[in-house]
Amino acid sequence: MRGEKFIAIMGLCWLLAGCNRHQSTLAPFGADAEAIRHLFIVMLVGAVGIAGFVAWLMRRAVRAPVGEMTHRKGMRLVLWLGGIVPTVVLLGLLAYSLPYMRPRPVAPADLRIAVDGEQFWWRVAYRAADGAPVLSANEIRIPVGRTVAFRLTAGDVVHSFWIPGLAGKMDMIPGRTNTLVVRADRSGRYRGQCAEFCGLSHALMALDVVAMEPAAFDAWLEGQRGPARGAVADVAGARLFAAQGCGGCHAVRGTAAASRIGPDLSRFGQRATLAAGILPMTTANVAGFIRHPQATKPGVRMPAFPQLSDAEAMAIARYLEGLK
Amino acid sequence: MRGWLKRAHGLRVTLWTLIVPPSVWAVHFLFSYLWAAVSCAKIGRWARFPTVFAIGTVIALVVILLAGLIAWQQSRTPGDPPPHNEGTDIDRLRFLAFSTLLLSGLSFVAVLFTALPVLMLGDCR
Repeated sequence: MRGEKFIAIMGLCWLLAGCNRHQSTLAPFGADAEAIRHLFIVMLVGAVGIAGFVAWLMRRAVRAPVGEMTHRKGMRLVLWLGGIVPTVVLLGLLAYSLPYMRPRPVAPADLRIAVDGEQFWWRVAYRAADGAPVLSANEIRIPVGRTVAFRLTAGDVVHSFWIPGLAGKMDMIPGRTNTLVVRADRSGRYRGQCAEFCGLSHALMALDVVAMEPAAFDAWLEGQRGPARGAVADVAGARLFAAQGCGGCHAVRGTAAASRIGPDLSRFGQRATLAAGILPMTTANVAGFIRHPQATKPGVRMPAFPQLSDAEAMAIARYLEGLK
Repeated sequence: MRGWLKRAHGLRVTLWTLIVPPSVWAVHFLFSYLWAAVSCAKIGRWARFPTVFAIGTVIALVVILLAGLIAWQQSRTPGDPPPHNEGTDIDRLRFLAFSTLLLSGLSFVAVLFTALPVLMLGDCR
């Protein structure tokens, strides 16, 4: 008996591991996730109620003596509980839940964010109604209270874009553009995750989501335009970055590095995490990732740079962290 | 109406009548997809009120209802109380008629369940 109790308590502890406020459908910060949570609770209460009723009925039916019910009464019970009641309940639930699936309307002036899934990171481009797109990676910032349309694509294999606290998930399919329209209602720092198996590091493909007050967001987006600040060419890290050929894959706006193969690093120092939401942004982590990216993310496309000394890797890391 | 019901009573329910309701359900299901695809391709957005689709749905429901009505009439053939599981003509008729009636009920609800999302979602994306 004591063992059973222990197992039950341990089981509940496992469930508690799911409790958090930064990546949970049950802790929404967006209007659509709020609707999903509402629907979930309505369905859960309804399902538990029906299951309880059926269990009670089964218990009664099994214990009832033969002949307790006439054939006519039995047939009527089957007609009502087996036909009419389930039909009406299901029809009601369908009619109740369908309006939740209506997509949010989007106006031409609304902010559009193109997100492209890559193995194993996110290419992000902000397209405001005016001005050139602003490129970023692995971090998405959105204004609170405004409608935002995500245009979702994939560069290699199928991925799925899921920010549980903001809205439902939507697949990213090569050769196709899916649109997900959302609205955040609460500011804060949250987390998203790739929700479709996409390769070795699928589980390590996360992203940071920052919901900001509209005025702060506008100022931030304006600050993202133009060349990278801190891209001073004559520091040791910048020279190493150029000499090692990092610009063959990465872009740092305002320098010779302009490739679009890998993540854009122009505002690298502003991000809170490294390697698509996996490691905290510290100089040592950046240096370690540069030398052995496979150790953090198996299957990653970035080649390793084991020939770099600790000091050299740290110099590049410091240079990258200075890009703001 | 009474005369009409009498005529329905005179009809013999066969396996062919049995498959009418589920077939209508299947055709309506296909029609829903075709209507959505053609409508989105031709107009570019969801029709504000899908008239053609509503008419098609009503026709499907009426056909299922008629099949159910005939089956109901047939299943009321007088005789001994259930169960009707003998190998006689009258029991076979009752079985087919009752099965058709149940299938009509199922198909009617299924057509409604298919039509509701089409009428309420309204999105071509």
